[in-house]
Amino acid sequence: MDFILIQFLTGLSNASALFLIASGLTVIFGVTRIVNFAHGSFYMLGAYLTWTITRALWDWGGREPLLFVLAILFAALAVGALGALIEIVLLRRIYRAPELFQLLATFGVVLIIQDIALAVWGPEDLPLPRPPWLRRFVEIAGSRFPQYDLILILVGPAVLAALWFLFQRTRFGILVRAATQDREMVAALGVDQRILFTGVFFLGSALAGLGGAIVLPSQSAFLQMDLAIIAEAFVVVVVGGLGSVPGAFLASLLIAEVQAFGIVLVPKATLVLVFLVMAGVLIVRPYGLLGRPQAHARAATGTVEPVIRPAPAILGWAGAVALALAAAAPFFAGPYAVTVLVELAVFVLFAASLHLMMGPGGIVSFGHAAYFGLGAYGAALGLRFLAVPMEAGLVLAPLLAGLFGLVFGWFAVRLSGVYLAMLTLAFAQIVWAAAFQWVEFTGGDNGILGVWPSDWARGKAAYLWLAIVLCIGATLLLRRMIHAPFGYALRAARDSELRAEAIGLDAVRIRLGAFVIAALGAGLAGGVYAYGKGSVFPTYISIPKSIDALLMVLLGGVQTVSGPIVGALAYHTLFLTVLQAFAWWRLVLGLAIVLLVLAFPQGIAGFVRQRYERARGIEGA
Amino acid sequence: MSGPVLEARGLHKRFGGVHAVNDVSLAVHAGEMLALIGPNGAGKSTCFNLLNGQLGADAGEVRLEGRPLAGLKPRAIWRLGVGRTFQITATFASMTVRENVQVALISHHRRVWSFWRPARRHFGNEADALLAQVGMADQAERPCGVLAYGDLKRVELAMALANDPKLLLMDEPTAGMAPSERIALMELTRSLVRERRLACLFTEHDMDVVFGHADRIIVMNRGSLIAEGDAAAVRANPAVREVYLGSGGH
Repeated sequence: MDFILIQFLTGLSNASALFLIASGLTVIFGVTRIVNFAHGSFYMLGAYLTWTITRALWDWGGREPLLFVLAILFAALAVGALGALIEIVLLRRIYRAPELFQLLATFGVVLIIQDIALAVWGPEDLPLPRPPWLRRFVEIAGSRFPQYDLILILVGPAVLAALWFLFQRTRFGILVRAATQDREMVAALGVDQRILFTGVFFLGSALAGLGGAIVLPSQSAFLQMDLAIIAEAFVVVVVGGLGSVPGAFLASLLIAEVQAFGIVLVPKATLVLVFLVMAGVLIVRPYGLLGRPQAHARAATGTVEPVIRPAPAILGWAGAVALALAAAAPFFAGPYAVTVLVELAVFVLFAASLHLMMGPGGIVSFGHAAYFGLGAYGAALGLRFLAVPMEAGLVLAPLLAGLFGLVFGWFAVRLSGVYLAMLTLAFAQIVWAAAFQWVEFTGGDNGILGVWPSDWARGKAAYLWLAIVLCIGATLLLRRMIHAPFGYALRAARDSELRAEAIGLDAVRIRLGAFVIAALGAGLAGGVYAYGKGSVFPTYISIPKSIDALLMVLLGGVQTVSGPIVGALAYHTLFLTVLQAFAWWRLVLGLAIVLLVLAFPQGIAGFVRQRYERARGIEGA
Repeated sequence: MSGPVLEARGLHKRFGGVHAVNDVSLAVHAGEMLALIGPNGAGKSTCFNLLNGQLGADAGEVRLEGRPLAGLKPRAIWRLGVGRTFQITATFASMTVRENVQVALISHHRRVWSFWRPARRHFGNEADALLAQVGMADQAERPCGVLAYGDLKRVELAMALANDPKLLLMDEPTAGMAPSERIALMELTRSLVRERRLACLFTEHDMDVVFGHADRIIVMNRGSLIAEGDAAAVRANPAVREVYLGSGGH
């Protein structure tokens, strides 16, 4: 019994920090409709700043608890101010951009902050020196429980009460609640949105900073804090219901307790468990515990998708020439170039498969790496346990991915918008967690090595040709599909579900079809990648990999059929040439993403097409 | 001559305490334009949505050529030969006018799950023929996203005709249109109904449109039918005059 009590208390104290972060995220989302990836970075900065300020204050006035509390408050305020600054400089310009671009812009901020933190605080973990009062324990039911954690348990409810007071009793809070319900109405009543939004960003970021600050004594500050927490915070916010602070509180308790007990009961599957809880909640309550269906605030400003026309002939010729050059590369280029070309072929298919869902389907997936990874692991596990040769492995890869695509897609295609994005992210994290934690089966972090091609394909040139035939062939098939009746039906379901159903189209089934086809494509890409590299790792399924795919599609332009191809080539080339040359490549990439979002919201191919159509006097939409 | 194309018997629908549709029965015959009118809140839209499958009735039944429609989804009802236009037009904005009609034809001919031959090469001639019928042939290459509202209504009509329907359901077909456009659209609809021997049921606010184009009119008020007949009969009906001109019966 004692053990259960102690685990329960541990869960409660973890829930506090989780709630601080999630409440900030949910308040920001509720008012601005921005899903802020950089929220995890604010949490990380909260921890780092607390570390710096606390040490400075302690050097000055001794290791007093009061100075630590002061440092926490300073850090939270500083992070809040930074959040407000980012809102003013960046986000204010993109409130009307599609959701995805906002998400991407905030991911750019994540990368920038990662490198700044690295430059300022260095790569080492920074633990806070623990004076005796931080090491004290209290006796609970015969067990020792950290006193600091006991105090943390109170922080969550205290902040909840403070937020309740703010939202119920102050003018600012009432405006925040009003804007969460109906942003347009609040604007119509003459409230200055800019001040409101900046204020909300200050509040939300400060809460994230506070969350990072209070976990510092037990965790130390480190560079991977941001992405580790953001996935968890998303889960809490989605489970609680987007925009709902009490929902975030309940969900943070639920998730923290699931983790606290999961780590004892199923230590190998804690991560999977959290995401299973989330998936379970969303299946029963699609809008979270206390959430409501999203108001269609964005529909009015929605951009009209342009008409897809057959590509100009010159584009086809350019593509054919590029392909011929790539295929001839082994005769004039070095082995490194050939390896890169294999990667390019793989990523073109990876991006094109995501594009089928995102573009014509309007299904925004934040977990497309899941299917890439499932393909790679399908090939590797087939080799490891069934000793299947490459030929069979390359069949197994898309099939495994497609099977999971069918199961995950069945849930996902019923949702839309942010919930859809978050659910796909959660499914991807389940797959990632299984690959990462289920060491006996998947090799865990060490991955599976020795995934080599069959003899005939082992040469660099032979494998390049195989990769081109499979990946570029599949990409061309996907293109063909977009122009075929299926692609039109998919766009029809996206443009107007009401009309689609009224002309006999089953929108959900068509979207599910696209989901499975996209998974098959990504799975094949993953399989080809696995044999090309000779190994598979959980990083193939990680969040950054999913973001890579999104970046490729968006860089090229989601509204064009050639976009993903151009985007994959541009992104990977950029990554290999420019980024790897820079020590601070994250900073450069982050800035590039932010600039891209601000300057070319339609992507490269979209920009070119607009120019082309304008020059020729073709009517766009 | 066989029975009615669409027949509804004893329809009821409640929303909480509101009896939105109370024992409504009606029938539409081939070649006939039937208007469903009534003041705001009379239950027209609810009644309309019971007929097209968007809502399920609490009691009563709807039959299309004798076949019950209860529990069928809108897309299944379309397959049985029911074409629809919406109060606020719903077309595919990312496609050209011709492509919109082609998608409807592709669905009608069950070619949705084909992945190879470009959609543009499916049923192009049929689409052009339909567009010619609604007077949109000259705009076939324009994207639907840039069309004038009245033209969008014509595109909807062409899409509604793509499955060679027996019944046309039009919800406020002329809402949001200029007066001259209204008459043109209703003239067009009427000629299509006559030519193709369609049954057409429409709701409408504009009394000029109703009295000028409907063969028969049924009037709803507070969930119930209060009058039925041709334009002259309905115009002369005291209950209708009461609802539209009088005190409203408080």
